[in-house]
Amino acid sequence: MKRKLLCSLIAGLGLGLGGLAHAEISGGVVKVGVLSDMSGPYADLSGPGSVVAAKMAVEDYLKATGSKLKIEIVSADHQNKPDVGSSITRKWIDSEGVDMILDVPTSSVMLAVAQVVKDKNSIMVNSTGGSSDMTGKACTPNTVHWTYDTWMLAHGTGSAVVKSGGDSWFFLTADYAFGHALEKDTSEVVKANGGKVLGSVKVPLGTTDFSSFLLQAQSSKAKIVGLANAGNDTINSIKQASEFGLVAGGQKMAGLLVFLSDIHGLGLQTAQGLNLTETFYWDLNDGTRAWSKRFGALHGGKMPTMVQAGVYAGLLHYLKAVDAIQEDKDGAKVVAEMKKLPTDDPLFGKGEIRVDGRKIHPAYLFEVKTPAESKYPWDYYKLVQTIPADQAFRPLKDGGCPLVK
Amino acid sequence: MASAVSSSSAATASTAPAHAPGRDVARTHLLVFALMLAVLVIAPLAGVYPVFMMKVMCFALFACAFNLLLGFGGLLSFGHAMFIGSAGYAAAHSAKVWGLTPELAVLFATACAGALGWVTGLLAIRRQGIYFAMITLALAQMVFFFSLQAPFTGGEDGIQAVPRGRLFGLIDLSQPIAMYAFVLVIFVVGFALIYRIVHSPFGQVLQAIRENEPRAISLGYDADKFKHRAFVLSAALSGLAGGTKAILFQLASLTDVHWGMSGEVVLMTLVGGMGTIFGPVVGAAVIVTMQNYLAELGSWVTVVQGVIFVICVLVFRRGIVGEIGHWLKKPL
Amino acid sequence: MEIFGIPVQALMGQLLIGLINGSFYALLSLGLAVIFGLLNIINFAHGAFYMMGAFGAYLLLNKLGLNYWWALLVSPIAIGAIGVLIERTMLSRLYQLDHLYGLLLTFGLALILQGLFRNEFGSSGLPYAIPPQLQGGQNLGFMFLPNYRAWVIVASLVVCLTTWFVIEHTRLGGYLRAATENPQLVQAFGINVPRMITLTFGFGVGLAALAGVMAAPIYQVGPLMGADLIIVVFAVVVIGGMGSIMGSIVTGFGLGLVEGLTKVFYPEASTTVIFIIMTIVLLIRPAGLFGAQK
Repeated sequence: MKRKLLCSLIAGLGLGLGGLAHAEISGGVVKVGVLSDMSGPYADLSGPGSVVAAKMAVEDYLKATGSKLKIEIVSADHQNKPDVGSSITRKWIDSEGVDMILDVPTSSVMLAVAQVVKDKNSIMVNSTGGSSDMTGKACTPNTVHWTYDTWMLAHGTGSAVVKSGGDSWFFLTADYAFGHALEKDTSEVVKANGGKVLGSVKVPLGTTDFSSFLLQAQSSKAKIVGLANAGNDTINSIKQASEFGLVAGGQKMAGLLVFLSDIHGLGLQTAQGLNLTETFYWDLNDGTRAWSKRFGALHGGKMPTMVQAGVYAGLLHYLKAVDAIQEDKDGAKVVAEMKKLPTDDPLFGKGEIRVDGRKIHPAYLFEVKTPAESKYPWDYYKLVQTIPADQAFRPLKDGGCPLVK
Repeated sequence: MASAVSSSSAATASTAPAHAPGRDVARTHLLVFALMLAVLVIAPLAGVYPVFMMKVMCFALFACAFNLLLGFGGLLSFGHAMFIGSAGYAAAHSAKVWGLTPELAVLFATACAGALGWVTGLLAIRRQGIYFAMITLALAQMVFFFSLQAPFTGGEDGIQAVPRGRLFGLIDLSQPIAMYAFVLVIFVVGFALIYRIVHSPFGQVLQAIRENEPRAISLGYDADKFKHRAFVLSAALSGLAGGTKAILFQLASLTDVHWGMSGEVVLMTLVGGMGTIFGPVVGAAVIVTMQNYLAELGSWVTVVQGVIFVICVLVFRRGIVGEIGHWLKKPL
Repeated sequence: MEIFGIPVQALMGQLLIGLINGSFYALLSLGLAVIFGLLNIINFAHGAFYMMGAFGAYLLLNKLGLNYWWALLVSPIAIGAIGVLIERTMLSRLYQLDHLYGLLLTFGLALILQGLFRNEFGSSGLPYAIPPQLQGGQNLGFMFLPNYRAWVIVASLVVCLTTWFVIEHTRLGGYLRAATENPQLVQAFGINVPRMITLTFGFGVGLAALAGVMAAPIYQVGPLMGADLIIVVFAVVVIGGMGSIMGSIVTGFGLGLVEGLTKVFYPEASTTVIFIIMTIVLLIRPAGLFGAQK
């Protein structure tokens, strides 16, 4: 801390003398903070796996470019609470020299951290939070939203399901920013495609017993029960739905945000036939396979989820930008550079970051294989449709982001 | 016990028959107070993270307010989270949506907590001991669920992006120094207020009621009224802490109305020393520091807190400051 | 057919689910009432013991291969033994102090237990399968009732009523009740009062653990499963009357039904309704609905 004081004094002196702000790597180190849910409902889809992905990104970057950057990684558990997340972020930036925040699942935390990051002109590359507001009305010049968002999910899964006959919906919605956003985006798609939303019920975060909510879903007689939740909540709702004979009674479940780790937790017997939209699958092509095998070796044999892949790719692109302008203190500058440079990595292919912070890449509609169709461990998905990058995400003008002129 | 020499003791200002602390006790108190003030002013300059210090001050005020009720009033409330939490929402909402300047937002929060304390106090005071604790818990749970459902509180998301604002419309509180001074002043004022209350006639009667309620009643004091007033004061001052905390962190969330927060303030008071003036401050500092430095260890914080609770209850009932005071033979 | 605009089907379905939830409230509040009623200890760690009972079942299955039926027997005994240990080493030192210290101690214990389990197992739920004998369900017309949930209602009714009978209508129960009234006198009659107290505490804890085992297949096994539940259970015990066994049983099931009803008409209030009722009861009948003024 004293060193930081000294540095700023000298910098100030330099400013006064030189009259020019010059780029610097603060403290001589690029410090990356992986802020995740390490022990709660989202720990399997991000959590410690995200830290592994971040470490891989640093190693690969240094090896590939021979860069002289010194890079450090720290991590913390935000316990899905906005106050904990924003406190940690504040402390990291103020007194521990952290230059960039990575991962951040849970939309309410993502939005709180975005606020702190904006106030302090730092940077967040978010690969795990879902609310499409992050590139909409809550967009800032200091955040990049990677991997996915609720609009993409709604339009991917939502329109596919409606088009195949599921035209009346009832939602089980996780009661926070993400759940609300997902429900809203999907409702819009359903109605735009001629369907009806018969009702919804808000479920507190961390509920383990969905029986009374499932009962309401059954009495609504909707053809589709949409699960606007994630992680363990999704797993529990699907499991208990089968306990209560929801599917046997003729209704179908639509998991709006389902991860590879959820399918692994459910097992193919229960999950078969589920439609889901993701932007990465470990078995998609040679590039993804090679990387995922390396990831698996470092993470107990578990294959990466799309958000863990997003952590890797996002950090890689960040390091590219930092190295290009030799700057990590001014978050907005780095984000601007990230938007200028096109993205290219073996996981998401070629893409770009739009002015609203939205990372653009193709999305894929998958269907979960039946147990008979699965030939080897983690062989869970078959590709149904590829949604090209320019159609996968919300059009720039529709978001209401103040950065879009 | 220290003798009461009212007219010449340092701490009394009102008319007799105020039972002010004896001169040597008052001097000790002044010394400790000066020490505390010195620490609070020097620490951020010495490199301690200012936001951490401000957090300690907010919780210290909360614990002192709670101790007013527990240590001096003898009433264990298990629902104090409702005061700090609702005040947080009140301050956050009034600053963000109504655009109140920070000092008005905090005052509004204090008033809200006080009003809530007035209503809940009426319901809770009628019962004693464990039933009193249970009623406060139930009422706090109702406040929690209200906070979960009400649209303006933002549910799981909380109220985010609360502006620090300009104090009196002039001083920009997003400057760390200004914010620190703001929190420091609030803490000192709140602390001084509690000190004054405890050593006033009101405070003395309250302690008498705690020691022996039937006797106090037989002397003509309306015990219920005194207890109710203490409850309201405790609630309002907890609200002061809560409103300040919301402006400090620019966030009001469910954590503050959850019953875990009620448990934490009990722990802070217990560790520091129930019924001592400086105890809760020390207790708050210990607990917040522990949470801060053990945060990387995740759930160990809860375990350590539990262990401290157990140890305090079994062998260390006087708390840190209580033990020091016992050793010095002066009430601290 | 509709009542107040809600179809009867939905109403009956929610009431039945409410009854299932009520079974857990009743079982848990029974243990709590036994401990408070007979020992004057407010056991804040009751939720943690419930959680440990569920983990007991999980570990018995995954480490020792013992299935659900074994767990129903072994887990409560094991957790009850832990309860006995706690009572002997810590709680017994606090009997001569204000009751609130007992509350604070058990609160601290709850923090320790929950923290330890959270560290070890993470905070999300672990799966525990419904035993094969109880899988599947019955179509009742207005809803599909899983067999396991029906079993929960029946089992908890049996346990509750048996406990009530033992305490209120047998000699052992009589000794227990007498010992609370006047320990010295009962001790003078040659009955080992401290041992009775210890065993009673162990029994109450065992009841909590039993509820945990039964909850494992439906509520998922997680370190925080007891934390928020315990507050509701306190409310149940207070409403029922803190010393009254029958009061807790009736209130437990009753609360489940009231919650179920609220979920139909005004779902947002379903979690608050218990506290509203508790406040009203405490103001009108401070000893609770079935309690006797002490």
